[in-house]
Amino acid sequence: MQVSMTVNGVAQEADVDPRTLLVHFLREALDLTGTKIGCDTSQCGACTVHLNGKVLKSCTLLAVQADGCEVTTIEGLAEGGEHHPMQTAFWENHGLQCGYCTPGMIMASAAFVRDNPGASEAEIRHYLEGNICRCTGYHNIVKAVKQVADSAAGA
Amino acid sequence: MWPNTFDYARAGSVDEALALIGDEGKFLAGGHSLLPVMKLRLAAPEQLVDIGGIDSLRGISANGGLTIGATTTHAEIADSADVRAICSGLASACGQVGDQAVRNFGTIGGNIAHADPASDPPTVLVACGATINIQGAGGARSVGAEDFFVDLFETDLEDGELITSVSLPDCSDCQCAYVKFPHPASRYAIVGVAVCLKMDGGTCAQADVAVGGATVKAVKCGGAEAALAGSTLDDAAVGAAAEAVKADIADWLAGDIAYPESYRQQMAGVFLRRAIAAATTG
Ligand SMILES: Cc1cc2nc3c(=O)[nH]c(=O)nc-3n(C[C@H](O)[C@H](O)[C@H](O)COP(=O)(O)OP(=O)(O)OC[C@H]3O[C@@H](n4cnc5c(N)ncnc54)[C@H](O)[C@@H]3O)c2cc1C
Ligand code: FES
Ligand code: FES
Repeated sequence: MQVSMTVNGVAQEADVDPRTLLVHFLREALDLTGTKIGCDTSQCGACTVHLNGKVLKSCTLLAVQADGCEVTTIEGLAEGGEHHPMQTAFWENHGLQCGYCTPGMIMASAAFVRDNPGASEAEIRHYLEGNICRCTGYHNIVKAVKQVADSAAGA
Repeated sequence: MWPNTFDYARAGSVDEALALIGDEGKFLAGGHSLLPVMKLRLAAPEQLVDIGGIDSLRGISANGGLTIGATTTHAEIADSADVRAICSGLASACGQVGDQAVRNFGTIGGNIAHADPASDPPTVLVACGATINIQGAGGARSVGAEDFFVDLFETDLEDGELITSVSLPDCSDCQCAYVKFPHPASRYAIVGVAVCLKMDGGTCAQADVAVGGATVKAVKCGGAEAALAGSTLDDAAVGAAAEAVKADIADWLAGDIAYPESYRQQMAGVFLRRAIAAATTG
């Protein structure tokens, strides 16, 4: 089945088996392997991307459902060679250890702070319940997100 | 994990969806219940008819009560000023579904059609006396939420019937709350309690109570309601309701190795107390 979507600003078209999940389309058809598969059961958030600006677990949507949509993956977050502020904050606060959850964490957090500048630490921790990290204990992840939330609110 | 192969078709209208759906077909809304079970090979429909693009199935209208289109997402319901004003309990329940990514794509129609015992919106729909509006090849019909939910993953829906919308009465003068004990990993409800209280001064004129999560389906709790109605919601009445609710759900209990039936039954009483407190403190 023919599917077309814009991924990280680039128009893409492909013929896919309808059962292809969006995450497989991104990783295997487009070679965008920044998006990870962790649990594959919709729980961990490693596969988080933006679909028309909204956070989505891309292991839980068919590629054909994304027909005509705009998709942003971790590879498309930086603009003009500059890291997105959330990427910089994860770097500065060492918001990762193995890094496997990181693309999903950054995609989820970037959308959250865009919609909730000035979010509190409690709000950040609550929001990140859909993204699981096995390494960090979340402390530096939350610190990184808080840094961006504060600066987005002009604090 | 890949689901089994299937034919995929996109419907542009309700009529088209009803015409397209075959005997072994399933409607696809957000896919956030169906795709996980297909990936686990617990379901293998031969055909999916995608209803996600049907404009007439989406959106919220306030018309005294509320009519919510089947493919309206949990996030849209939780964020809607109309839903917050007319049935705050439903806005709260939809805001407690899973996490933000799930709420962005999961729909109310898919949620109630799937009838997972651990889901949140059905409990409020049963407490608040919602109506489920259904369209089939033979025409349209409506069913009260209490009759719609039949058993574990079982509803009144016939094969090939489509939920078009959910209607709710005006609850704006009620004190409504939905509280849940979320599973620490999945966020699904281990216990969820919805209360809708009509207060007349300091007296509770009418109480509507439903429990989900602890039960195989959302259950209306007449014993707890009777204990609250006519009271001032004093400690004795609330205590009696917390006892009565355990009997109300006794025939419908669900459990697993981590959270057995007896535990959930006990927690239903605890969460009823919390729901009443949440409803009355706003
Ligand atoms: C990680 C995760 C956590 C979750 N946590 C919760 C939670 O805490 N609480 C909760 O309540 N839910 C939870 N859910 C479920 C979520 O609410 C689902 O999105 C919802 O149950 C199904 O909606 P959908 O639009 O995705 O339906 P789909 O997956 O598209 O469909 C589900 C079923 O309903 C049928 N269907 C869909 N729409 C219609 C219609 N209009 N008419 C007739 N049949 C229809 C389909 O054929 C299918 O059988 C969770 C899901 C995930 C993945
Ligand atoms: S891989 Fe998609 S949520 Fe874990
Ligand atoms: S850094 Fe290893 S899972 Fe999060």
